[in-house]
Amino acid sequence: MARRWTNDLTGADVTPKALWMSRRALLAGAGAAGALALPLRAQGLEPNTIEEIRNYNNFYEFGYGKEDPAAYAGAMRTSPWSVKVDGLVDRPGDYAPADLLDGLEVEERIYRLRCVEAWSMVIPWSGVELADVLAKVGVQEGARYVAFETTVQEDVMPGVQRRVLDFPYVEGLRLDEALHPLTILATGIYGEPLANQNGAPIRLVVPWKYGFKSIKSIVRISLVAEQPPATWNLTNPAEYGFYSNVNPNVDHPRWSQASERRIGGGLFSSRQPTLMFNGYDEVAPLYEGMDLTVEI
Amino acid sequence: MTAAQRANGWLRRVPAPLVYLAGLLYAAWLFWRALSGASVEPVNWLERAYGLTALRLLVATLLVTPLRRWTGVSLLRFRRALGLTCFGFVVAHVAVWALLDVRSLGAVWADIVKRPYITVGMAALLLLLPLALTSNDASLRRLGAAAWRRLHWLTYPAAVLGAIHFIWLQRAFAIQPLVYLAIILLLLATRLPWRRPTLA
Repeated sequence: MARRWTNDLTGADVTPKALWMSRRALLAGAGAAGALALPLRAQGLEPNTIEEIRNYNNFYEFGYGKEDPAAYAGAMRTSPWSVKVDGLVDRPGDYAPADLLDGLEVEERIYRLRCVEAWSMVIPWSGVELADVLAKVGVQEGARYVAFETTVQEDVMPGVQRRVLDFPYVEGLRLDEALHPLTILATGIYGEPLANQNGAPIRLVVPWKYGFKSIKSIVRISLVAEQPPATWNLTNPAEYGFYSNVNPNVDHPRWSQASERRIGGGLFSSRQPTLMFNGYDEVAPLYEGMDLTVEI
Repeated sequence: MTAAQRANGWLRRVPAPLVYLAGLLYAAWLFWRALSGASVEPVNWLERAYGLTALRLLVATLLVTPLRRWTGVSLLRFRRALGLTCFGFVVAHVAVWALLDVRSLGAVWADIVKRPYITVGMAALLLLLPLALTSNDASLRRLGAAAWRRLHWLTYPAAVLGAIHFIWLQRAFAIQPLVYLAIILLLLATRLPWRRPTLA
């Protein structure tokens, strides 16, 4: 198994919680700690504000507008919550999020998030490595993929009522991708529980793939032998592959993926170049021998 | 006096140039909103706001004749101003895209050639250009009424292309752009020379 992922930041860089709530405060906090080898800004890792993170979302269950999730997701019921774990696992069952996380260290992970629509954010997640959760439920021999499913609550989901996609939303990872230490199950942002529009109470985060792979509000995790379906791939296979790794060299058929707009720069900010694997080069060995211009 | 006559009497007192002023103020207000946090992604927000306004104004110009035929209310005096204001929003839409979003002549050209929905949008702009240039009394006199009217039929293909441009940029099933296309096709259908049944 791959080594555990280590943050470039050390414990000394952790900003006191009270200072988290604004970007300016976060930078001030990091400066006060005085221990940053490279400031977050220089690494391109200056987190977006909580307002930005909560008000520009894709969560098609609530509509296709970027503001729809913030407007409608509040009605989603997130408690009680249960995640069905099934398939090729030793300990299948219905788990509360707290049971999945029990005994695991919740870590801060400041990740870039690159949407397939060519915009991006930086988000300070809190969560656990998916590998640790999978180890807990016991992955059986023969499992080669992990399938995920999002909740459907039609009465409070305008996008489900209007059938904008074929719900429930499903996604999948190859087992080695799922076990990579960068892959996390997130339960919070800025140390607060996830807002509903960000995928409460528990979601996947796979930072080297386009955002839609990081499925929200998970109710089912299945270990399977065959490649599972993925909603956008089913909806439009020419535009969205199963892998959907961030790749500036392979354009979406309708727009370029070579650059992205960082959210929060305002009306006069320019685009910035998109990085292969969204800058997470350490995942490259997972795809050795694959032609990533074909297996998109 | 019918309601339509009353409406027309009231409309006669509204100076047509008010349309330009309203368009300009609305465009400026949208720009100000983009600057002051209407969206955390103001470039895309403004691009869409200008584009949608242009499409709405295009539908408004197409509505003028059927509205008069069906209700007797005449907005004919405002049609030129509506059309030119529409063109202004199309130019603003393209300007936000080229100057604030893409910001490189090479990339603008690449997008026009490579991205079908942008090609279609650009084609609509090109169709509207001669209409904007001839939306004045001098051009009407020079071309003659019949030729001028034929030329301005280009509004219909431009509107259809505009709606297709809108539909094409959606990622999933969205009602709103389809509604615009349906309205435009319906308005186009009312203008086709359907054969009327001949009386014996």
